[in-house]
This record gives sequence, structure tokens and C-alpha cells, in this order.
Amino acid sequence: MTAQLERKPGFSVLRLLEALATPHGVDRYLELVHPMLTIRDLRGEVTRVHRSTSDTVTLTVRPTRRWRGFSAGQFVRVGVDIDGVRRTRCYSPATSQHRAGEFELTIKAHAEGLVSRWLHSNAEPGLVLHLSQAEGTFTLPDARPDKVLLISGGSGITPVLAMLRTLADEDHTGEVTFLHYAYTEADVPHRDELRALAERANVNLVLAYTHADGGDLRGFFDETHLRAAAPWHAEARTYLCGPPGLMSGVRDVFTGLGLADRLHTEEFAPAPITVDAADATGEVTFARSDRAAANSGRTLLEQAEAAGLKPEHGCRMGICFSCNRVKTAGCTRDVRNGELSTDPDEEIQLCVSVPVGDVSIDL
Amino acid sequence: MSDKTVRLTPRQFEELGRDLDALRQRVVDDLGEEDRKYIYDVVKVQRALEVAGRGLLFAGFFPPAWLAGVAALSVSKILDNMEIGHNVMHGQYDWMRDPALNSKMFEWDTVAPAENWKHSHNYIHHTFTNILGKDRDIGYGVLRMDEAQRWNPYYLGNPVYAFLLMAFFQWGVMLHDMETERLISGEKKWADTAGVRKRMWHKGLKQTLKDYVLFPALTGPMFVTTLAGNATANLVRNVWAFSIIFCGHFPSGVESFTEEETANETRGQWYYRQMLGSANISGSPLFHIMSGNLSHQIEHHLFPDIPARRYPQIAPEVRAICAKYGLPYNTGGLGKQLGSVVGKIVKLALPDWLRGKPSTPPAGTVGDGRALRAA
Repeated sequence: MTAQLERKPGFSVLRLLEALATPHGVDRYLELVHPMLTIRDLRGEVTRVHRSTSDTVTLTVRPTRRWRGFSAGQFVRVGVDIDGVRRTRCYSPATSQHRAGEFELTIKAHAEGLVSRWLHSNAEPGLVLHLSQAEGTFTLPDARPDKVLLISGGSGITPVLAMLRTLADEDHTGEVTFLHYAYTEADVPHRDELRALAERANVNLVLAYTHADGGDLRGFFDETHLRAAAPWHAEARTYLCGPPGLMSGVRDVFTGLGLADRLHTEEFAPAPITVDAADATGEVTFARSDRAAANSGRTLLEQAEAAGLKPEHGCRMGICFSCNRVKTAGCTRDVRNGELSTDPDEEIQLCVSVPVGDVSIDL
Repeated sequence: MSDKTVRLTPRQFEELGRDLDALRQRVVDDLGEEDRKYIYDVVKVQRALEVAGRGLLFAGFFPPAWLAGVAALSVSKILDNMEIGHNVMHGQYDWMRDPALNSKMFEWDTVAPAENWKHSHNYIHHTFTNILGKDRDIGYGVLRMDEAQRWNPYYLGNPVYAFLLMAFFQWGVMLHDMETERLISGEKKWADTAGVRKRMWHKGLKQTLKDYVLFPALTGPMFVTTLAGNATANLVRNVWAFSIIFCGHFPSGVESFTEEETANETRGQWYYRQMLGSANISGSPLFHIMSGNLSHQIEHHLFPDIPARRYPQIAPEVRAICAKYGLPYNTGGLGKQLGSVVGKIVKLALPDWLRGKPSTPPAGTVGDGRALRAA
């Protein structure tokens, strides 16, 4: 995750150092002294580790000077080396965007999450993470809306919690409802802080438990939940992040009410990609590696991995563009929207593209 | 191939392919933290030697400091080019998904630009290894290194050209990508070389500026001794890299192939050509590291994309596979292999009629019979 440093004419000391270090770059020497001692590379040192529930870990991260900050709701790509391999995942900082010099990541260890499980059991102060600059368009508008409804489920809480904390830091006076879904009370991260934030006159905290009583609401999201939590939802801006079931439930209700354009969403877990295997025809060729296999109907990233290749990738859901590769021939379909890519030599995202007939990828 | 070349049946080729594929898969499945740590340790040693070498040259007025500085810088450049650069650019560490050691991103401390070199080396040389007329590394378009290259009076200068190539090896490697012989034959147009030339110019300029202007200037009054030190380090690296690389495919006993012989090759036949077309150099673990493990040229040509530190580990198995099929496993000490290469350079300078009949491999080359006994 190298960031390009803008070429400024006045920056002559760095340019001299780079001319001396060529072809390797100054960071490749400095990092051997200390991994955080880098000029161009963006990294973050874990300064605090807090395991708040049995399966979540909250890391306080102090990034290097290249960090340009983030807007609440954005994500960063976080890379760690696990058994020799750099594994990269996208996480949204959960802190206020106004906190200077550090941010927090709250990570839930999923049963099959290699990185989340590794961080949950191994993260200690001093661990150095590889970072990207903040990315993503899931953010509040600069002119903060008068009414904001934040809906989250499970570990989807992080980007909307960042929004809530940011609005609180700004002493925002408009109505804010924070509607969060969890299995039980024990699964709600940052519970005490949420309650403290709800002391503010304009903040309304609504906790909904899907598998237990004792919350403000019980069960899965539906229109009655929406009316109970935010009667003014029609005039509000709504920000939603959660598991696929919650995402589609909220989308359906908003579409039914004709409010789809007031709903802003961020996926944090890939929606199950449904591809009819019977439709899969043709052969997939990975030209650079000289491998070919019959099209299985899965995404090209999965087919490449099934063919024994290990292409670079990140989110596996089409947001981080780490797995972009040039499709040299053939047609692919974007599984998210059905859009076809028919031109040769077009860059495609392997993780969300499935082949339509014969396809050749420069991989 | 000659009359003496061991030939296999289609069934044997298929089995050979399966044996080697299985060996490769076992190594790939085992890659992990140890391999990452190894290459980072080599990088650390290389960078430390480089900094130490550059630093010592500031005291270049004191001869022992100058000598130590040149030695450190020479070893640094050798490690950078061979155990790190060559191997990283083969994609041996791409599985780590670390941009600093990724084949698409890495540049090495030599004037040859990575992108040009990867095309001519990884693609052309490693795909068409030792196929006459296709592998441009047979004589590099400059030398006569195979009897099948037709003699002409130009080749009387073979030893001189080889000596010059050795002394200016990094520039030779850079210019190799111009494919001059294809320009002369008209196969390629001057305009086709625009991208290659631009990259050469940029990389050559940066490297020259660093070694021959900036570092000498930084040492102020020691400008000349620093410049001489940097030039010496580049020369030492050139001579060493040339010597190791020429032992990879040119010692006696190494086979070359024709396009007809290699048309419609199977996986097994490709492996067979790689084994017969390469030669190893025996030596100590330190020698293998300093050669970038190109001393295991046979293992490298079978599996160019697995980390080089694995080559010595799998060498006994590769040798056993050779023995199983009665194939030669060409190896010997540096002196023997290099002597054999020098002999060939001199011998092939002369027209065939002056040398009489083509010579047989000299004694000591491990033929198939020996390989069987050795295994």
C-alpha cells in the first residue's frame, strides 16, 4: 500500500535521498530500522487493544504521517502478514473523524474470517498494520442533514458509530436515531458509550435484539420498527450497514415507501452471489499463468483460486479494486448489477465478475 | 539433441511430468512464514552491506576502508541482483502479496530495467530454453555458444566479445533487450523499440547518476576514490554474475534443441528440455546464496517461480528423478564448469574444419550412467 507523494519542487532533500536510494526507495531502508519509520508507505501502529465482547477486538491505531484522515463512514484497507502472506481486509474506523492522530477499529472475529480471527487472538500493542488511505463514499454530506437515521446490524455498527461520534463532536443539534440490531444485549459493542451518547437531547438510541428480550425492540427489521424508532424517517437521511438479511429488509421497506433515494448503504459482508451453474459455459483462460479451466459459473477470483492461482485481492465484494485485472478477451458479467463487459482489454474486478462464455484474463 | 541424448517414451514423459508436478505442488503447499523471513533476512543483510559500503567510502583515503567499502558494496550488489532481484522478478515471492517483493513492482540495482528484462528472461528464455533460433540467451546474439550456430569470421573474436561482455555485463544485459540481431535481420523495426529504449534511458541515467555522480559528490574531496570504488563494485558484480550465469547453460554436456524437436511439447517434454538444457554448480550454502541459487539452475528451470531457497532442499529429489529415467544431471564445481565454458568460447571461435569433428563431452561431466551411480 504505497501512496504516491506529490512532486513538489521544494522537496529537494527527499528527492536527493530517493536518488541515492534508487531503485529501492527510501522506505525500503528506513523500515529496517523501524517499521513505522516510513516516508511514503502508510502504516499504523496498534497502541491499545481492548477485547470488549468475547468475539470482538477494538484496536487503537496510530497511523504514520502520510495519513490524511477520514470521513465518518469510510473504510481503510488493513494488511497483516499471516504465515508469510499479506492478507488485506476493509474495516471502517469507528471513532469520530475529529479525533486527531489515531482511530479505532472494532473487529468481530467471524468463524471463517482468517484476518479477524488472527487479529482477535494476536493483536498486541506494537503490532504494525499496513494501511491504505480512507476510501468509500458512504459518508455524511458536509452540510449535515437535520434528521439522521443510522441503522446497523452486528459488526456493521462501525461506520455508523463513527458518524454518531462525529456528529456528537460537532455538537450537532438535529435529530439522530441510532437503531442497532444484535442477537442479545451482550453482543452490542461500545454499549456504555452508546448509552452515554444517548444522554444528549437530540440522540435517540434504539437497541433491537433478534434473539432476546430486554431491548427497545425485538425481532428483525420491519416497517413497525422503522415507525417506532424514527417516525420522521421520510424527511431523514438514512445510513445503513449490516448483514445481507438486514440490508435487503431495509431496502425493501424503503423502496416500498418510495424512499429509496434517501437510503445510503454500505455492505460489509458479501451478499451471497447466485449464479446459475447451468448457465456457465465456455473456458476460462488465465493467460499469464498458462492455465485454463472450464467455466464453473463462480466469480473469476474464485475460479482463479480454484485453478491454484493466488491473485492479489482485498474485500472480495467489489469495493476495494485490489483484484482488478485486464480481461484480454471475452465477455464478463458484473454479478452485482448484471452489467456486461464486452470490450477486450478492459479492466475488470475479478471478485464480482463471472465469465459469459470463453474468457481470457491477464493473470 | 545429439545421438547420445537419452530419449524417453511418451508414457515416461507423462510420468516424468506427473512426478515433477507433484514435487512442485508439495513445495508450493509448504510455503509460509519461513520463506518470508528468509528473503527479508537477505534483504536486511544486503541493505546493511550497502549502507556500510557507501559509508566506508567516505573514508576512502584510508586504503583498508576503501577495500572494505568496495567489498561490502560488491556483495550488496550481488545479493541485490541475484538472490533478491532475479528471484523476486520471477514471481517467486508473489504469493506473499507484499508489494515490496512483488514481481510487478520490483526494480534491481543494475542498469537493465526490470520490465525489459522480465520479457526477455522470464518469457523468452524460460519458455524457449535452449531452442536454437528461439532462445535469445544462446550466445546473447553476440557469441557463438553452440555448434549449431553457423561459424563466420566474426566469431574469431568470440573470446574478446566474451571478455567485454563480462566486464560490462550490466550494460550487456540492458542492451540485450534491444534485440539488435532482430533489428539487423529486419524482423523488428527501430520504432518498435521506443518503449524499451525509453526505459533503458531512464534506468541507465538514474543508476549512473547515483553511482558516478551523487555518491562521489557527497564524499567531497574523495570524489575520485568513491567513483573508483563504485565502479569496482559494479565490475566485481559484473564478473561474478557473468561467471555464474554462463555456467547455467553453456558447460559441455548441456543439450540444445531445434524447433522441430520441441513442436507440440507436453508438460513432461518441457520439463525434460529444462533438465537437459541446464547445468548446476556445486558448492557451499554461502556460495549458493551468493549465486542467487542459480547454482541450482536445473531446479530453477524446472520451477522458476518457487522461492530459490527451496532449490537446494529439493535437489536430491530432482536428482533421483533424473536417475529414475536415466537422464543426466549436469553438475560440477565452479572451476570445472567455468573452465568448460571458457574452453567452449575459445573452441567455437574457430571454424569447424579447423577443429576437426565436434568434440565429445569432456571427462568429468556427469553423464546418465554416472547420475545413476551417484543416486
